[in-house]
Amino acid sequence: MFADYSMSELGAIFAMQGFAGLILFSVFVLMALGLAIIFGQMGVINMAHGEFMILGAYVTYLTSNLFADHLPFLFGTYFFVAMIFAFLISGALGLLVEWSLIRHLYKRPLDTLLATWGLSLILQQTYRSIFGAREVGVSIPDWMMGSLPLTDLIEVPINGIFVMVLAVSISLAVYVMMFRSRWGKQVRAINQNRVMAGAVGINTEWTDRLTFGIGCGVAGVAGSAFTMIGSTGPTAGQLYIVDTFLVVVFGGAGSLLGTIASAFSISQAQSIMEFFLSGSMAKVLTLLVVVGILMIRPQGLFSLKLRK
Amino acid sequence: MQSSAFMTRKELIGFLILAALIFIVFPVALDNFRLNLFGKYLTYAFVAVGLALCWGAGGILSLGQGVFFGLGGYCMAMFLKLEASTPENTAIQSTPGIPDFMDWNQLKELPWWWEPFYSLPIALAAVVAVPVIFAFIIGVAMFTRRVGGVYFAIITQAFAAIMTILIIGQQGYTGGVNGITDLRTLMGWDIRTDEAKTILYFVNGALLFVVLLVAQYVRKSKLGRLLIAMRDQEDRVRFSGYNVANFKIFIFCLGAAFAGIGGAMFTLQVGFMSPTLVGIVPSIEMVIFCAVGGRLSILGAVYGALLVNWAKTSLSESFPELWLLGLGALFIAVVMFFPNGLAGVWSEKIEPRLLALFNQKKPSRPTPDGAPAE
Amino acid sequence: MTERFILKVEDLTVSFDGFKAVDHLSFYVEPNECRVIIGPNGAGKTTVLDLICGRTKATEGSVQFKNKELLAMREDQIVHAGVGRKFQTPSVYEDLTVFENLELSYPKGHGVFGALAFKRDAAVRARIADIAETIFLDDQLDEKAAFLSHGQKQWLEIGMLLIQDPELLMLDEPVAGMSVAERKKTAELLNRIIQDRSVIVIEHDMGFVADIATRVTVLHQGKTLSEGTMERVQNDPKVVEVYLGH
Repeated sequence: MFADYSMSELGAIFAMQGFAGLILFSVFVLMALGLAIIFGQMGVINMAHGEFMILGAYVTYLTSNLFADHLPFLFGTYFFVAMIFAFLISGALGLLVEWSLIRHLYKRPLDTLLATWGLSLILQQTYRSIFGAREVGVSIPDWMMGSLPLTDLIEVPINGIFVMVLAVSISLAVYVMMFRSRWGKQVRAINQNRVMAGAVGINTEWTDRLTFGIGCGVAGVAGSAFTMIGSTGPTAGQLYIVDTFLVVVFGGAGSLLGTIASAFSISQAQSIMEFFLSGSMAKVLTLLVVVGILMIRPQGLFSLKLRK
Repeated sequence: MQSSAFMTRKELIGFLILAALIFIVFPVALDNFRLNLFGKYLTYAFVAVGLALCWGAGGILSLGQGVFFGLGGYCMAMFLKLEASTPENTAIQSTPGIPDFMDWNQLKELPWWWEPFYSLPIALAAVVAVPVIFAFIIGVAMFTRRVGGVYFAIITQAFAAIMTILIIGQQGYTGGVNGITDLRTLMGWDIRTDEAKTILYFVNGALLFVVLLVAQYVRKSKLGRLLIAMRDQEDRVRFSGYNVANFKIFIFCLGAAFAGIGGAMFTLQVGFMSPTLVGIVPSIEMVIFCAVGGRLSILGAVYGALLVNWAKTSLSESFPELWLLGLGALFIAVVMFFPNGLAGVWSEKIEPRLLALFNQKKPSRPTPDGAPAE
Repeated sequence: MTERFILKVEDLTVSFDGFKAVDHLSFYVEPNECRVIIGPNGAGKTTVLDLICGRTKATEGSVQFKNKELLAMREDQIVHAGVGRKFQTPSVYEDLTVFENLELSYPKGHGVFGALAFKRDAAVRARIADIAETIFLDDQLDEKAAFLSHGQKQWLEIGMLLIQDPELLMLDEPVAGMSVAERKKTAELLNRIIQDRSVIVIEHDMGFVADIATRVTVLHQGKTLSEGTMERVQNDPKVVEVYLGH
């Protein structure tokens, strides 16, 4: 199959495919970060994670309309405002959900899974009632359109680069929050020994709520970034939930670095295979390989051996 | 002293009430169309009974039961499709004698793995064997490495996703998103007539009772008590000399076998099989059937499957938007307020009052696995 | 020489991310001996039991029970070889009755199909009644284990081990958290059941230790600090320093 292409064309194809993989990687990282916080640190399975993302996407959609109608001269910057809104609104819903639902179920992880699935159904229907069943797209500001020619044959879309930059900056922000802030230290303390953390004066209840809220907020930002490369529908969140969980579990729950490494390997594997196989078979093979590796190494890529 | 009897009197009454409902009340009270619909609901009950053993008793939550339901259903559908695709019936195709969807996808001959499904005995054996072999492979890989809890749930869910993508992607071999449709006869017997559908309903009911009796036997055996023991104190069971993984593999395979039979009966009664019954969403809905019935109760699982599906049909006919909201709320309510489902409500709330009403004696201590009635 | 010891632990080491919880530990247990392991918190006492019964995988070393290497065996195979283990916190099946708890430990029907075919015959009932009497629970056979007191749960777990009749019994702090009366009764129970078998006990209660121990091993930072009779160990200056020095 390579015979038809010249060497430089082949190089360009691989570079473009690799770049497509990088965009997919950014998307996976954005999706998985929030989940890595909630699942990795709290052990809570949030099946409605995708719906929190979609909420961020809808918030971005509304903000773009708002700017287009009332502040057209600032339209080029609306996205940054929308991201903040997305974080706050998804985060606030997260706080509410933790308070009303999750905190009653910490000792029953499988039940949390079912309850948050129920929540995801309710959110999907709510989106459908408000925004309709059709997908909506935002208008991308002019400066984000078009692509950047690197060589004669290789071009990279600007919105793709933008999403990558976002993924990197949000990862850094989460890293700083997790390992440099007081909150991060408390979260990790609770993860290691809840009783002791409570005994030394950490408000474990509030930290849990905040953690869940921040995780959902990060999901909202991910949804916001999504609007730059695709459109948003009420059930779009559900499409990603399995991939996202696999990314987090494959990386080794609790390891931020692991999540990023696993997002990278899964996305690259998938986009390179997509060149050789049909899209669906590439997906099937990627998932099978991930599940296969998880069966051999259930603790994921990165994990510590601990004294029980 | 300890009752190790196969069935207590109370449980026997529960079984008899369910039998009366399925074999007498429904056939008398419902028209042909509704009876066939209830027959379809009862095929989900096979899965729910399996889940009551795996999840309720054993604490193993599988979010991939749709895969086993689908495997059983597809095995049946492949046989029926081959029977329907005689060269005479398919004379207008460019390659007569192969299933129509293969012809549409430019296949020139039957794939080798379809060949065995010309034989009914092989197809019937495959209905059980294929899901069980699949469950066995997953079970050995996961349970011997002590993967359990939420990890198991997520990985089985991934299998449900993989299965759907695979079926839809390989439409030339599987019928794709439409599934395998236009099934007509079983060994020459037309399964589309009202009479055939009624007979199939009774066959389905009888098979469900066979499955229920097997489940009851397992629950009452030492294996049943071991499952409960493993759910609560896995290490203690291990250090009492049991190979825990083997027991989990067994119960997971048994659940898969039940689901496979349910899937085959679905194909026979509804007349098609498609990926919409295999994926993530149907798989997790099957869990809710079991949860609504009361996750520990095998009879409850049947009521759960009947009730949720009946509500789904009634609500989504008239208020489609309400159904998703209702289903979502049901998930949350069952987890938050009724963790023992209908069976719990029955044994904690209704039964003591009934007892007090009838014989004014001491109310018996509520048991979580009492059977709910209507 | 080979017949002298029922259990030979040699060079046993386990490291968790570089931290050696048990560090080249060796000790030998004779038939019918009651060995007590003492040591400060974090000395690796429970880890040693975990390693012997297969709950934790050793990094290096060997554990031989009746000349069979235990480190290569699965937990249930170790149990069938004749090693029984009681955990520190009582672990009984709370949702099952006392009778059912004991029945599940009865050494029959341990395979999948054996468990399906298992019958509750007269021999089983008799044996359970017998054990229940030994552990002072003959009146509570139909009670759910969840309703037992802490001390009764400890007894039940001991009973679950007795019914297997292990040749080597390992008990992790069997009297911890008990009332004075329960403690006395437990001591009496243990004194009775440690006859005719080898026992390894982890315990902090020195009066109790002096009462039952054939020999004592003092662990410190995963290594043997001292070993011998109670009297010898108590007068070992190294032991005194570790216990009182900080």
